[in-house]
Amino acid sequence: MTMLSDRQQLSYIASQAADARLNVELETEGMTLNIGPQHPATHGTLRIICRLDGEQVVWAEPSAGYMHRGYEKLTEVRTFPQVTTLINRIDWLGSFANEVPFILAAEKLMEIEAPPRAQVIRTILFELSRIANVSLFLGDLGVQMGAITPVFLAFRDREYVLNLIEGATGGRFHPNFDRIGGLKDDLPKGWIDETRQVMIKLQQFCDTIEDLLFGNEIFQSRMRGIGIIPADIAKSYGLSGANLRASGIDYDLRRDQELPMAWDKADWRVWTHPDGDSFARCWVRLQETRESCKIVEQLLDQIPAGPIMTKVPRIIKVPEGEAWVATENPLGEMGYYVVSKGDLGPFRVKIRSASFNNISVVPWALKGVYVPDVITILASLYFILGDIDR
Amino acid sequence: MSAVLAVEVPYWGQSLLRVLGGLVAVLLPAGTIVYLFLFKMMSFMQSRLGPMEAGPYGSLQLVAEVGKWMQKEDLAPENADRTIFKMAPLVVLVSTFLLVAVIPFGPDAYFTNFAVGVFFGLAVSSISVLGILIAGWASANKYSLLGGLRAAGQLIAYELPLVLATLGVVIQAESMNFQEIVVAQNTGAIFGFEWLGNPFIFTQFIGFLIFMIAVQAELTQAPFDMPIAESELVSGYMTEYSGFRFLIFFIAEFATAGIFALIASLLFLGGWGVPFVWFDWNSLDDVSWWMNLVGPLIMLTKMLLLTFIIMWVRFSYPRFREDQLQTFAWKVLIPLSLANIGITAILKVAV
Repeated sequence: MTMLSDRQQLSYIASQAADARLNVELETEGMTLNIGPQHPATHGTLRIICRLDGEQVVWAEPSAGYMHRGYEKLTEVRTFPQVTTLINRIDWLGSFANEVPFILAAEKLMEIEAPPRAQVIRTILFELSRIANVSLFLGDLGVQMGAITPVFLAFRDREYVLNLIEGATGGRFHPNFDRIGGLKDDLPKGWIDETRQVMIKLQQFCDTIEDLLFGNEIFQSRMRGIGIIPADIAKSYGLSGANLRASGIDYDLRRDQELPMAWDKADWRVWTHPDGDSFARCWVRLQETRESCKIVEQLLDQIPAGPIMTKVPRIIKVPEGEAWVATENPLGEMGYYVVSKGDLGPFRVKIRSASFNNISVVPWALKGVYVPDVITILASLYFILGDIDR
Repeated sequence: MSAVLAVEVPYWGQSLLRVLGGLVAVLLPAGTIVYLFLFKMMSFMQSRLGPMEAGPYGSLQLVAEVGKWMQKEDLAPENADRTIFKMAPLVVLVSTFLLVAVIPFGPDAYFTNFAVGVFFGLAVSSISVLGILIAGWASANKYSLLGGLRAAGQLIAYELPLVLATLGVVIQAESMNFQEIVVAQNTGAIFGFEWLGNPFIFTQFIGFLIFMIAVQAELTQAPFDMPIAESELVSGYMTEYSGFRFLIFFIAEFATAGIFALIASLLFLGGWGVPFVWFDWNSLDDVSWWMNLVGPLIMLTKMLLLTFIIMWVRFSYPRFREDQLQTFAWKVLIPLSLANIGITAILKVAV
């Protein structure tokens, strides 16, 4: 059990008080406000039902499912190589990262491993998709709070990363590049030098955003001490990724588990923040973007020579068995539980997507806050609709 | 005004001229601000080009936009209180037109010139609150209602620092008449140094800052755009408006920005005048007739300068939360402006 800070306790008390006040004070009637499904702050079609007392939220509940596409079921009627096309679209901003855990699970069942060169390139692309994803988050933060300029800078610099992903894989948003046993293609000529330059640009972008937003006093007053999620609450709601690390829990699947990936070859660190408020979540993401740039820069020097595919049969049949592989995706822990009956396609796939668990804390976190804070808390929790609804 | 034309203009003719002049004075700043700042400057700040297709360098984009808005269907929500729903944008625009009535653009180029011009201007500027509150209530939309109530709270809170910041100038100029305030600035001297006149921005710098911050809030521009807050309230009190009723809100927003900038330049930057020492003028009667033509240009320049600052802040800052905004008005701006008035008054009497 972690100790709560004074500020965290106060916010909890305030939320409890708001709950009680509706019945104790004047006989007032609250207002139910539907934030979404069509609302600029929900990045898509998330609906949040808020019960308001004035501008204060007394009770809130996210209502997901407006974008449900049934990917878990659809995977059952696809062959293993076809599944990556679908799962690309789960977290559409960091698509490549979606493919990796599924492919790793399939490889685990087949008891093969990608060659070292493919592992390193996989890791690089994985981190690039993280950068593409989180850099948009950093720009979008400003928009949620009325600062309209940073998002354009974010779109501009994310474009460099998307160009890199396109250069290597042929797809900007949905690469569909990962294969069981390796990668589809090798890197194109000149790609490595270009990536080095882009990583410098992206680190400058992080500095710019830190100056523009994180150093801004209004930004800080909107973010600090708002939407505090204590460590034990974060754990009990199953938060993952930066949301969890912002609550002070040092947990990162890239470091904490053994995977045939290349993260251990680079020198980087996991950032945590003790506060657990909205600012901490954003700050941790900013630092992670920097760390990702560092990882990519270091791995670029360590790409070994060799094949990019191991020997796999032309028609892939995954032997009978069950496998669970989770990785630290841009949004948090994303895992696939793959059950195979020895057919061409999976018998059943359970997708554990990060956003779905991350928004489960919304009813707790929104209690007692004001309507403007709803937006900043949602923005700092950072979900992507495809990742919630799958 | 008749003196400008050097011919006797009948009363109806004068009235017609004033109406036309008023339209120009409202629409021209609005159009200029929207094109120069909202379209182009914002784009350049955000590393993009902005509109480029309509007209040379996109300069006719605004015409195209207006055409688009005029064509749209005049929608009103089913549950809306239709009469006042349709009335609300007009109420907001009325306050803009009433404001422009007291602004002088030259020694004779004014719509009306009366002794309590400052007082009148600040009074009619709050009419827009009514329009916004009406719009928020009549839309029968929860977001509009929240936006309207936020706007009402904010505009009333920031009306006070606006008035109090102006009082410092009024004390220093010993008049509430805009013409006399302009003359006082242009005939004044800073420690005997007459060449620049005495624009009150130097002596009333705190007042100027408070005035500009309050103007930013009155115009509901970021960082005070809580009533509109497009990321949380969709578009606040304007959510349900479309077509030309939205256009009226839009014009009113930017015309009022221009007019508040004009008022700020009158109060703090010397208005339409040049320092009278330059041409050996002593009072308003000595000012040459050509100042009626140059004056509006000087005013336009100063207006663009001040709206540039307003827009610069707007494009750079995130917005305050409602309670932080109120705290800022009541706990920072109002005590500061009261202190400013006190100090001004003491110095005025003592020096």
